[in-house]
Amino acid sequence: MADVGLSVAFWPIAALTVVAALAVVSLKNLLHAALALVLSFVGVAAVYVTLRADFVAAVQILIYAGAIAVLILFGILLTGNAIVGNPPNRLRLPAVALSVSLAGLLVWVVSVRTVWPVDAQGGDERLTPVSLIADALFNRFVLPFEVASVMLLAAMLGAIVLTRQD
Amino acid sequence: MVDFFLAVGLPHYLGLGAVLFCVGLYGALSRRNAVAVLMSVEIMLNAVNITFVALSTYVAPAAAAGQIFALFVMTVAAAEVAVGLAIILSVYRQHATVDVERLDSMRG
Repeated sequence: MADVGLSVAFWPIAALTVVAALAVVSLKNLLHAALALVLSFVGVAAVYVTLRADFVAAVQILIYAGAIAVLILFGILLTGNAIVGNPPNRLRLPAVALSVSLAGLLVWVVSVRTVWPVDAQGGDERLTPVSLIADALFNRFVLPFEVASVMLLAAMLGAIVLTRQD
Repeated sequence: MVDFFLAVGLPHYLGLGAVLFCVGLYGALSRRNAVAVLMSVEIMLNAVNITFVALSTYVAPAAAAGQIFALFVMTVAAAEVAVGLAIILSVYRQHATVDVERLDSMRG
């Protein structure tokens, strides 16, 4: 079921994603942190490709690496003090302890202890066809789809109202 | 040991999601700049999305519900970033800082 090419691709992509995420949370320069965030988003898109979820990978590039990254860069530049704007606060040591212990616990529970009911067809070579996603989105999940459009409109209006100067 | 590296499967993806989530959690708890906190939350949402898509691919590939969930998470994340940055900009105009430790005007 698991093929060697996938495994060879997985480790560099996973390492790139995690290292870029660590750079986001540790770099002092906020602009560098934002660029590392884009790298991490692209790494996550590559993870989706190795999972044969090509449509989700394309959406990840469009929304995260495109739109959200630009929004965050605007946010950094508009709030100033980008060069040294990312110091740790007083909670740093408790945060390290909590994150490391939670990471150990989560990895032990989800990756080592739990035996997942893996589907016989799961993890094989087929791509998820986009028609399958479209069918699910416009039949079974059509109500959440419509609610999401209303939510996006509300978020847009909210952002305009919050930042209006008068 | 070689098997662990050459037989990548569902546990590896779930472990990657867990590690990425905790990296984002550390950032959200330990950064001072509100925009940096927002970036850390985005990393956490990405970790959850990896878990959704991995479970969709390995456990229930016929339904693709996990991928749909990941798409909805991305939609909500886009709205969250837009509103979050609007709030941060509004706070910056009023207080001239986005340091979360100095924004304590609601403290009793």
